[in-house]
Amino acid sequence: MISLAGRDILHSWGKFVFTGMGLGLLIGVTLTMAGVYRGMVDDARVLLDNSGADLWVVQQGTLGPYAESSSINDDTYRAVLAMPGVAAAANVTYLTMQIRQGNRDVRAMVVGIAPGGAGTPGRPARLVAGRQITRSHYEAVADVATGFRLGDSIRIRRNLYTVVGLTRRMVSSSGDPMVFVPLRDAQEAQFLKDNDAIVEQRRRTGANPAFARPGVPDLLDAVIASQSTNPYVNAVLVRIRAGALPEEVAEPIRRWKRLQVYTRAQMEEILIGKLIATSSKQIGMFLVILAIVSAAIIAFIIYTLTLGKIREIAVLKLIGTRNRTIAGMIMQQAVGLGLIGFAVGKIAATFWAPVFPKYVLLEPADSVRGFVIVVVICILASSVAIRAALKVDPAEAIGG
Amino acid sequence: MAEAHGIRIEGLRKRYGSGDTAVDALKEVDMAVAPGEVVGLIGPSGSGKSTLLKCLGAVIEPTGGRMTLGDQVIYDGAWKIRDLRAMRRDKIGFIFQAPYLIPFLDVTDNIALLPMLAGQPNAEARKRALELLEALDVAHRAKAMPSQLSGGEQQRVSIARALVNRPPVVLADEPTAPLDSERALAVIRILNRMAEQYQTAIIVVTHDEKIIPTFRRIYHIRDGRTEEEAGEGRPF
Repeated sequence: MISLAGRDILHSWGKFVFTGMGLGLLIGVTLTMAGVYRGMVDDARVLLDNSGADLWVVQQGTLGPYAESSSINDDTYRAVLAMPGVAAAANVTYLTMQIRQGNRDVRAMVVGIAPGGAGTPGRPARLVAGRQITRSHYEAVADVATGFRLGDSIRIRRNLYTVVGLTRRMVSSSGDPMVFVPLRDAQEAQFLKDNDAIVEQRRRTGANPAFARPGVPDLLDAVIASQSTNPYVNAVLVRIRAGALPEEVAEPIRRWKRLQVYTRAQMEEILIGKLIATSSKQIGMFLVILAIVSAAIIAFIIYTLTLGKIREIAVLKLIGTRNRTIAGMIMQQAVGLGLIGFAVGKIAATFWAPVFPKYVLLEPADSVRGFVIVVVICILASSVAIRAALKVDPAEAIGG
Repeated sequence: MAEAHGIRIEGLRKRYGSGDTAVDALKEVDMAVAPGEVVGLIGPSGSGKSTLLKCLGAVIEPTGGRMTLGDQVIYDGAWKIRDLRAMRRDKIGFIFQAPYLIPFLDVTDNIALLPMLAGQPNAEARKRALELLEALDVAHRAKAMPSQLSGGEQQRVSIARALVNRPPVVLADEPTAPLDSERALAVIRILNRMAEQYQTAIIVVTHDEKIIPTFRRIYHIRDGRTEEEAGEGRPF
């Protein structure tokens, strides 16, 4: 038996291909939306991977340092380093801000990293160009997504930094590229104000009788000095010894240091389950709407194509074609349209994904899932046309 | 009336609706067409021609009467055949006013589709289609698409499609309506030749004054009843 659907598609291939291309762009958008979600999840995992930490020590009662702000003293890492099972511990600060380079602004996450050799938690593990930060001030390592190049001078707050190294896929959970700077600079940048603000703050402090006591002349200077420094970091990144269990290392820190400690699994749950949960729901809603729109479009196209063949269907029924043959023809056409659409959509998504400002991760498993969903949608969408075709009276082929 | 019959109809009735609004489209229709015979079925609009054709084609169910196809009673107060679709496919050929060829199949496959639907292998079905195309002098258009054929060629292909399963009866609904005199007579010539060659009973519903004189027997249908009369049997 010949394939009626195949012959019809070949006969009017232009109609099918152009319709399939239109549908394909819609499917491409759907695949891209799924890719955006995957990209967000991947960004979150990459953030954790790149930190090089097994445990995150943060302010008690917070979900820091990524999902909530966390502030702990910068000498905490020493106490943590002394805890059993801890191999390395390093301070880290995170600050999302606009970085100026010439006339352009780049949104980036500025990461303050502690000095130390290779393997210090928080430092970028691999560079694609240049070198690691070796000086205590005014050097930076930037992700290539920032667009900065080696030797570029970038402004963070009031200070200029020279880009000495470039890294790749070092991003925040929201996809902003990272710029690594020395910890001290980053701590300063978190609270550094412009000169006018500093003068104003000193004036107000000096006018406060609680600080400007005639009997204690050094008090005002001490208070002003304390306002100009920042002894806090956002977290301490901990790498545990080989063979140690994260939870067993974390528990004494929680108990004795009165700090919150998250393991890798807990941090992943915070990032994926809480931080990007709303975004993923949003994308999920888009995917559902796009699937419904795709189904409606396929149903409408196949229904219209079927209505255009009512007379032929009546003749086919009159000459003895079984209903299942006619239903199969319509269903195969719908699936054929879906296959053309999927191929176009997959190619389109592959081509335009790298142009997206946020990371779009097109996973093969998502493509397989998308393919199955497209086929199922096509089959369901063809049911409207099949119903119309099965209602056709073979007597319509005979006049009168 | 012929003794052996391709199709025989006795007292066929068809009523549409019920109660006060009931319409008797066919009241008492008697008809018999022998194998190899071509008869005309003529009548004014609304006389019941199409209803009769639909009953004969097992597309609508009559209200009463009896129909015999070859030796098989197919209707006697109720359908006696379970699979009417298969019966239409295997035992009845249809030729329409317009050829209604499937636009996405080439000429050969338009004809071969029926035997394929009946389960014949594709190669065998196509071979049979080509034989018919040769018999109808359109073998040279075997690979053409319907849209590439002239009106006369399309009608010949539709005749081939009607005959491909060697049905005992062919129902032709105004098959010459869109054709000029010469082509209309050519179609009648082909129908007569095919009827004789394949021993098929052919009923031609027509208004076409050009071809009515060619029938040897004609059934007039008026107010749902048939009357048989001898035709001129003019050579075509």
